[in-house]
Amino acid sequence: MVALLPAGCGSAPEATTHPKATVPEGQVDPSSAGNISGRILFAGDKPSMPSIDMSSNPSCERQHRTPVKAETVVVNANGTLRNAFVRIKDGLAPAHWTPPEESVQLTQSGCIYEPHVVGIMVGQTLEILNDDPVNHNVHAESQINPAWNISEAPRDEHKFRKFPREEILFPMTCSVHPWMRSYIGVSSHPFFAVTGEDGSFTLRGVPPGTYTIEVVHEKLGRKEGKVTLPVSGVASIDFTYGSQ
Amino acid sequence: MEASKSTAEAARDVPGTTRSAVPGGATRSSSPEIGYNPGLHKWSLLLAFCTLLLVVAGGLVTSRDAGLSVPDWPLSYGKLMPKMEGGILYEHGHRMVATTVGLFTIVLLVWIFRAEHRSWMRPLAVAALIAVIVQGVLGGLTVLLLLPWWISSSHATLAQLFFSTTVVIALFTSRQWFRRPSVVPEDDENPLRGLSLAAPIFVLGQLFLGAAVRHKAIGAIYHICGAPLVTCVVLWVSMRILLHYGRNRELRTCAVALITITLTQVFLGIAAYMTRIAYADAVQPMPLMVTFTVLHVAVGALTLAASVVLAILVRRNLGERVTLPELTADAASA
Ligand code: HEM
Ligand SMILES: [Cu+2]
Repeated sequence: MVALLPAGCGSAPEATTHPKATVPEGQVDPSSAGNISGRILFAGDKPSMPSIDMSSNPSCERQHRTPVKAETVVVNANGTLRNAFVRIKDGLAPAHWTPPEESVQLTQSGCIYEPHVVGIMVGQTLEILNDDPVNHNVHAESQINPAWNISEAPRDEHKFRKFPREEILFPMTCSVHPWMRSYIGVSSHPFFAVTGEDGSFTLRGVPPGTYTIEVVHEKLGRKEGKVTLPVSGVASIDFTYGSQ
Repeated sequence: MEASKSTAEAARDVPGTTRSAVPGGATRSSSPEIGYNPGLHKWSLLLAFCTLLLVVAGGLVTSRDAGLSVPDWPLSYGKLMPKMEGGILYEHGHRMVATTVGLFTIVLLVWIFRAEHRSWMRPLAVAALIAVIVQGVLGGLTVLLLLPWWISSSHATLAQLFFSTTVVIALFTSRQWFRRPSVVPEDDENPLRGLSLAAPIFVLGQLFLGAAVRHKAIGAIYHICGAPLVTCVVLWVSMRILLHYGRNRELRTCAVALITITLTQVFLGIAAYMTRIAYADAVQPMPLMVTFTVLHVAVGALTLAASVVLAILVRRNLGERVTLPELTADAASA
C-alpha cells in the first residue's frame, strides 16, 4: 500500500489497474499444503425460530406447503450451528489471490434467499437469480463495499455483481419482502467456508503455518482461535457458541 | 368564485386584524362573512385530509421497511404502475398518493391566485407548492441514495411542515376566520404571544428527533427524553389559556384540542416503544408495531398542526396589552 503512494493520483496506470502489483500473486504449493477443519458447536437449548408470515404477498405464500421458519439461528440435529462463515483471518503471507472464473449463485426462490449465507471472493462474480413469479429488489447493505439496490422482476435476466473489497458478512435484503435476508462474506483469499447441515467446515489446500481462524455468525457474532498447520498435514479446531 | 370589489377590500387585511363590517354582536344567520369562499375552503380541507393520509402512507413505508422495494425513481420497475405486491404496495402507493396531493396543491395555488383577494395568501400557496415539490425530490433522492438518514429525516420533517401548511390554509379560508374575533387583552402577568410560539417550535424539534430515531441516526432515548419536555411546554401554553383566557372560545377550544392530541400522542409513543421492544427479534415488521408507530407519526402531524393553529389564533384573538373591557365579550365565535 505504501509503495503505491509515490505513484500519485492515478498517474501511473499500472498502479491503478493492478493495485496489488507489489504483492505477489497468491499461490499454493500442493506438495506442502494441508487442510484445516473443524465444527461449529452450539451449546444449550436449540432456539426455535418464528415462522415467516408471507401473507403480504400471496404469490410467495403459495409456494410453500407449510410456513417457512426464519433462518436467523439454525442448529442442526447434531447440535452444530449452520450458516456460520469460517475463514482464515490472519497468518497468510501477503498475496493477491485471483478469484475463480465461476460465479457464485444467490437464488430468490419462494421469496427466500438460497443459500442463506454466501461466501465469495473479492472480484468474483455474484450471479443473482429470480425463480419467483414476483418482483424482488436486491439491496446490498454493505459498509466497506459500495452499497447498491437493484430490482429483479420475474423472468428478468440474471443480475451480475462483483465486490471490490474484503467485507465479512453484510446483509443482502429485499424490501418487497422484508423477511428476506441473506448474508454475504467477501474474502480476499480462497480459504473460507460456510457451515451446512453437519456444522463442519474444511479449508482446503492451505499452506503450512500458524493461523487465526475466525467464525462469524449473523446473530451470534464472532469468535477466533489459533491453529498450526504442519507441512502436508491437517489441523482441526472447533468453536462453541453458547445459547445466549 | 369572484368576489365583488368591496368584498375584496374588506378582506385584504392581514391575518388577525380582519376588520369586517359585521358588528360584534351579529348573529350567525345574519353575518355574511364577507370574503368567505366555501369552495376554496372545502378544497383546502380536502387537501389537508389527503395530506394526513399521505403522512400515514409515508409512515407505513418506513415502518413496513418498504422504502427500497422500488429501486428506481421517478418510474417504478420502469413502469408507471408496477404490480402492487409486498412492500411495493406501500412504496408505490405512497408515490401515487403523493402525486395526487401534488396535483391538488397546484389546483389550490391556481384557485388562490384567481379567486382569493387577500394577497398575502399567495405566498402561502407558493410556499405549499414549493414544499410539495421539494418533498417529492427528497423522496426520490432518498430512494436513489439508499435512504441516507438525513434525507429521510428531512423528508419526514418537511412532510409535517407541509401538513401544517395545508391546515393553516384551511384555517385562513374557513368561515370562522372571516368572523370577527372576540378580542381579549393580553394580560401582563400571563403573557401569551411568545409562549404560544414555543409549542410549535418544541413540537417540531421533537418530530425531527422522532424522524432521526426512525431512520436510525440516533437512539430512541433522545426522542423519549424530549417527550416530557414538549408535553410540559404544551401543557404550559394550554393551561395558561384555559386559566387566564378561557373566556375566548376560539382559544379555549384550540387549547383543549392541543392538550387532547398531545396526550394521545404520548400514549401512542409509549405503545409504539413497547411494541418495538417486544418485537426486537422479529424477522419482519409486526402489525401491532406498524399500527402504533404509524398512528404516532400521524398524530404527531396533528400535534404540530394544532400547536401552529393555536399560535395563530393567539395572534388573532389577543388584543394590545391594554384593558379594553368592552371588547372581551365572547360574542363572535360560533
Ligand atoms: C409530496 C409530498 C410527500 C409527503 C407529504 C410525504 C410524506 C412522507 C412521510 C410522512 C413519510 C414517513 C416519514 C417517517 O417515517 O419518518 C414518508 C416516507 C417516505 N417517502 Fe414520502 N412523501 C411525499 C412524497 C414522496 C415521493 C414523491 C416519494 C418518491 C419516491 C417519496 C418516498 C418516500 C420514501 C421512500 C419514504 C420512506 C423513507 C424511509 O423509510 O427512510 N415520498 N413520506
Ligand atoms: Cu423479495
